[in-house]
Amino acid sequence: METKIGLEIHCQLTGAKSKLFCRCSCDYRGKAPNANICPICSGLPGTLPLVNQKAVEFAGMISFALDCKVPDEIAFYRKNYFYPDLPKNFQLTQYNAYDITSIGVEGRIEYGGGKNARIRRVQLEEDPGRLVYEGGSMEASVYALIDYNRAGVPLVEIVTEPDFADPKEVRLFLDKITSIIEHLGLCDTKLEGSVRCDANVSVGGGNRVEIKNVSSFADAEKAVRYEITRQRTMASRDIEVRSETRHWDDARKVTKESRSKEEEQDYRYFPEPDVPAVVLGTEFVSSLRQSMPELPDARKERFVSKYGLSAHVAQVLIDNKHMADFFESAIEIYSSPKEIANWIVTDLMSFVDERKKEQERSLFLGLKIGPEHIADLAKLVDQDMINRATAKQILGQIVRTGEMPSEVAKKTEAGKIDDAGALAQAVEIVFKSEQAAVQDAKHNPNAANFLLGKVMQLTKGRADPNAALEMIHTRLNEA
Amino acid sequence: MALYTLDSGQVAAGVKGREFSAEEYIYQLLERIEKVEPKVNAFVSVRKEALDEARVIDKKIRDGEQVGALAGVAVSIKDNICTKGIKTTCASKMLETFVPPYDATVVKRLRDVGAIVIGKANLDEFAMGSTTEFSRYGATRNPWDISRVPGGSSGGSAASVAALECTVSLGSDTGGSVRCPASFCSTVGLKPTYGLISRYGLVSYANSIEQIGPIGRTVSDVVLVLNAIAGADENDHTTVGGKPAHSLRQRKGLRVGLVREFIEGAEPRVAKVIHKAADTLAKQGCGCEETSLASVQYALASYYTIAMAEASSNLARYDNVRYGFDLDPEGYEWNSYFAKARSNFGEEVKRRVIVGSYVLSSGYYGKYYLKAQQVRSLIKRELKALFKKYDILIGPTMPILPFKIGEKIADPLRMYLVDIDTVVANLAGMPAMSVPAGFTDGLPVGLQIMADEFQEQTMLDAAYLFEQAAKVQRSPDL
Repeated sequence: METKIGLEIHCQLTGAKSKLFCRCSCDYRGKAPNANICPICSGLPGTLPLVNQKAVEFAGMISFALDCKVPDEIAFYRKNYFYPDLPKNFQLTQYNAYDITSIGVEGRIEYGGGKNARIRRVQLEEDPGRLVYEGGSMEASVYALIDYNRAGVPLVEIVTEPDFADPKEVRLFLDKITSIIEHLGLCDTKLEGSVRCDANVSVGGGNRVEIKNVSSFADAEKAVRYEITRQRTMASRDIEVRSETRHWDDARKVTKESRSKEEEQDYRYFPEPDVPAVVLGTEFVSSLRQSMPELPDARKERFVSKYGLSAHVAQVLIDNKHMADFFESAIEIYSSPKEIANWIVTDLMSFVDERKKEQERSLFLGLKIGPEHIADLAKLVDQDMINRATAKQILGQIVRTGEMPSEVAKKTEAGKIDDAGALAQAVEIVFKSEQAAVQDAKHNPNAANFLLGKVMQLTKGRADPNAALEMIHTRLNEA
Repeated sequence: MALYTLDSGQVAAGVKGREFSAEEYIYQLLERIEKVEPKVNAFVSVRKEALDEARVIDKKIRDGEQVGALAGVAVSIKDNICTKGIKTTCASKMLETFVPPYDATVVKRLRDVGAIVIGKANLDEFAMGSTTEFSRYGATRNPWDISRVPGGSSGGSAASVAALECTVSLGSDTGGSVRCPASFCSTVGLKPTYGLISRYGLVSYANSIEQIGPIGRTVSDVVLVLNAIAGADENDHTTVGGKPAHSLRQRKGLRVGLVREFIEGAEPRVAKVIHKAADTLAKQGCGCEETSLASVQYALASYYTIAMAEASSNLARYDNVRYGFDLDPEGYEWNSYFAKARSNFGEEVKRRVIVGSYVLSSGYYGKYYLKAQQVRSLIKRELKALFKKYDILIGPTMPILPFKIGEKIADPLRMYLVDIDTVVANLAGMPAMSVPAGFTDGLPVGLQIMADEFQEQTMLDAAYLFEQAAKVQRSPDL
């Protein structure tokens, strides 16, 4: 059964510093309720919206990054509907009709190594305020409180065509979008609720179901997966899937029928008279293109051509801007790109708490590790000061303690045993204590590895395994 | 002579020259208000604190400090313009207790040059009306005949000026709301080019066409206030750059076009006064001829479509959540609470919100709102062409004389028709003003002067020329 998934992504432009139509800060999190408001964003009578130019620039950047067409001028439209979190009872957004378009249309983006997704539109709009339910949820509450601190924070809405066939594609696409957003510096994706994603899902040509209230990218994949299973199960039982809006239940990880049936709303769109059309023009476009930071694709190319990384390793690094930045900081300290990249991608990542990674998008949260540590570690290995096994052990230790690898190596005398005499002594001891194995090893190569293991154990891993194995074989042949 | 009869230039000069104190002048005005207000009902609120502010001005002058061009001048502010710390009700139950935490740009600018806010002037609820009858605080009465309407929606502003309760006033003009009451009360009222005066702090009715405008008893008053408040404002992106300075000039040889459609649509008694006014201008050396503005026939439909559409959205915010009036939410869920609260709008406001919602509905937007916008372009094009031939266009401000209170209130369509001559300037975004043209049967007639965009100076030149020649009475006996 063919599955079609389309996405609607909302991303707060926290990098724009102030709200879309007033001078209040975007940094509303953790503030006392209704402390981050002014007459404009609380919709007081007589106030007029003032366009934040920086937000327009950011929206232009993301449009360019998604290869969208950008019109010569943009207008804002009023989307009229009543809701308590909306101070003016209309939202200032953009609209595509009557020869007017939003800031970006008809884009395309490559993701997940050769897959393509079409972007229907990118539009700039204001975030509403927040309802805070006294009892925690709507069902459990007698009343709700309204916090307008968030009202007016600039958002870009990115709408895709239904070009995704499975949840994995959704995740790969969202990883790509996140990386682009982070590279452009327009949003701190680590902040709770700064990126949100609604999804449309239809299975086997059936009705389209919209899933709302997905408050993180990580949950988008789960929500889509759940919804596909739900629709497939219904189809297998010959139950028709209704065209409806369902809400993602964050706690139970299921989609639920919306409690209040959302009827087809007439938003009575019309152009906001108080904001004159914002002229973008060729000058804006060219200066913006020049000021665009390096995008993930270009950065990946650079990692491959300049540092000689494999395409795969480069991809893993740029999928998360923090990791790519971490890598580049480390190689500035000690220039051994391949070694450092491998340490980050394979070894360091094994310590990352996946759950935390999803929630926080802060990779090395809780790990006391910086680029200087990895640079130091790579240097020790490169210069044959320690072997790889020891290096891994050291890494396991320092991510908790934050010590420098070279200090740890010195302190625990982890330096390799390169003295042939000391190694011979260790082999001698093992041969004496493991005589049965020695006999066995004469016919069975696996037993030789067992002996090597004992030597490594005895030397606390400081022996060079190659040298030790060679010595074991020599002794076996002698006997 | 009583101090309250002086114009603003005389007041500022007198106060600065210490011929009299601002305190004395304000005191006299407050006495005057107490005396005539029961008859006129021009104010929603009167500020006794004006006396304290007058004392501050007097002290500054005694101390040799700089004071502005309007030092001590008492101004009434239409109650849909925000005044910091002073209730701004829009004559509506919906804003019964609303005290703005900020001053509108125009109010701030007036205060910066020493003007004193003496009170908030009555209006039709949310500026929707042409008579000032649709007010929660009762109808304002025309000082020339208190059985008649003063015009609207800035009826309180014009009436307070005519009744010598203040020296100048600020009104707002969406489809004639400054010029209509200026005409009915025999005062001077000016609507500037769209974008000349900041709307920051003006409670929006129809954003794309409305402007704040001054009302005074003389052209000089209007120029002084205009200069104080006009110019770019960082809080209103629709204002245009610069800070214009207008002056009173003796100018001859203006090319004047008398708009046939305006004359033909007017009551004969009104038309007669306007013909006479044209003769007066001709005698002053102006070249007067009749001309035609054919697109005027679409103006009213276009105006009411746009105004109501924008109003329906602008007034959506009045849900009684953040400000409003006392209404216990207990027992309501939010939808029914919004509905309950919003049922407190007056009849005329409800009418406009409903019609406005309708014309914006999906499927109707192109048919009504977009079409109305196209009419605007048409009217503007036609006017632009006329202003190549004429410096100014003239006609009656109102096609009829001030009518009796209650006369048209039951028939909204008949009421809307009286705006036919004024809405044109709003749709075109061009300046227009009303100057007293004379009286017929004891009732005032206003001469409307229109000019091209940002040609306020030319318009004022004509108004000043006419004022000096016609010498029409400016305040009634009350």
